Amino acid sequence: MEIVRGHAGGPEDFRVRQLRARDLLRGDLAGTDLEAHVEQSVLTTTFERAVNWARSNALWPATFGLACCAIEMMSIVTARYDSARFGAEVFRASPRQADMLILSGRVSIKMAPIIRRIYDQMLEPKWVIAMGACSSSAGVFNNYALVAGADKFLPVDVHVPGCPPRPESLIHGILKLQRKVQGEPDLGWRTRYEAEGTEEVGEPAVPHGA
Amino acid sequence: MPDATGLELIAHDLGEQVPGSVTGTEHYRGIATLIVDPGRVVAALRWLRDTPNQAYAFLASLHGSDYLPESPRFGVHYELLNMDRVERLHVKALLEEPGDGELPELDSCVELFPTADFQERELYDMFGIRFRGHPDLRRILMPEEYEGWPQRRDFPVGGEPVLFTHNEHRTPRWYE
Repeated sequence: MEIVRGHAGGPEDFRVRQLRARDLLRGDLAGTDLEAHVEQSVLTTTFERAVNWARSNALWPATFGLACCAIEMMSIVTARYDSARFGAEVFRASPRQADMLILSGRVSIKMAPIIRRIYDQMLEPKWVIAMGACSSSAGVFNNYALVAGADKFLPVDVHVPGCPPRPESLIHGILKLQRKVQGEPDLGWRTRYEAEGTEEVGEPAVPHGA
Repeated sequence: MPDATGLELIAHDLGEQVPGSVTGTEHYRGIATLIVDPGRVVAALRWLRDTPNQAYAFLASLHGSDYLPESPRFGVHYELLNMDRVERLHVKALLEEPGDGELPELDSCVELFPTADFQERELYDMFGIRFRGHPDLRRILMPEEYEGWPQRRDFPVGGEPVLFTHNEHRTPRWYE
């Protein structure tokens, strides 16, 4: 959804619109004046698009770093890069409060089940950015200890290339994700990736606390 | 760092106190190495730690190596340090491969140096060297259900082949 701002008027113009809004609330506005006001200040859209617009501008990442890419990830919230401009500055310390998981670094086969559990703990709708070469393809650490590509065990929405990517690249990835969130209706990830029927059912193989 | 003469003196004294423990010495690029018999390595380390004029009381590092085409195949290295004289002594035990999928075994030195606990676990994890008498010998870095000993020379590096333009013809239609 694109918002086109009307041509900026001077301070008098603003005052006129303010008075007209007051008249509208009083019920004094009628006829062509009312029509002109509605045309100028009311925006119509579908509820779904409005919700997706709001969601895309408040993508809260989980506080979760894996390796050296996490240093670049941390710097996107600093004053120099300031991801608050795009609504992605609130790193939430709980996956329950996060919308987005940034896989910032190499994914070892020992860490993969933990990442998957964090992903499962996040609430729908949720998105994943694979940041850097390692989480997309194991990168320079292409050996026995790593999972080559995090999309083997969870769905990844955006891959950001680089080793490590600069903060600008990650912000570019976040902007791409915003476009994706706005372009698609609010589906859960199983619908987005046609993964229905993959739910884990029954007791976990290893009980909690074991 | 004991010089070559000092190393020979240590080897002589240790060979007298713990008979049959020293099988060789090596002094290369300033590093004094004492090659010890794997069956008497704990006795040798105890003598080096507790003898007053030796007093190598700190185990700075314990690591392994795999010299695959050679025999004996495995090396276990103890890096000892005397903090007063700032002298380092390298103690090396060479292990044969037992064959038949058996793991090479060595006595644990956790009772002498508590820091060896995690380092012996790492050696077990990466080289498959079993330490007799270790209190809790299990994998430390790799997942516990992992199979194989990844730092051995005959273990494949693993990972997935990287697709470059020079080898992409080997996987036709890779983009699908």
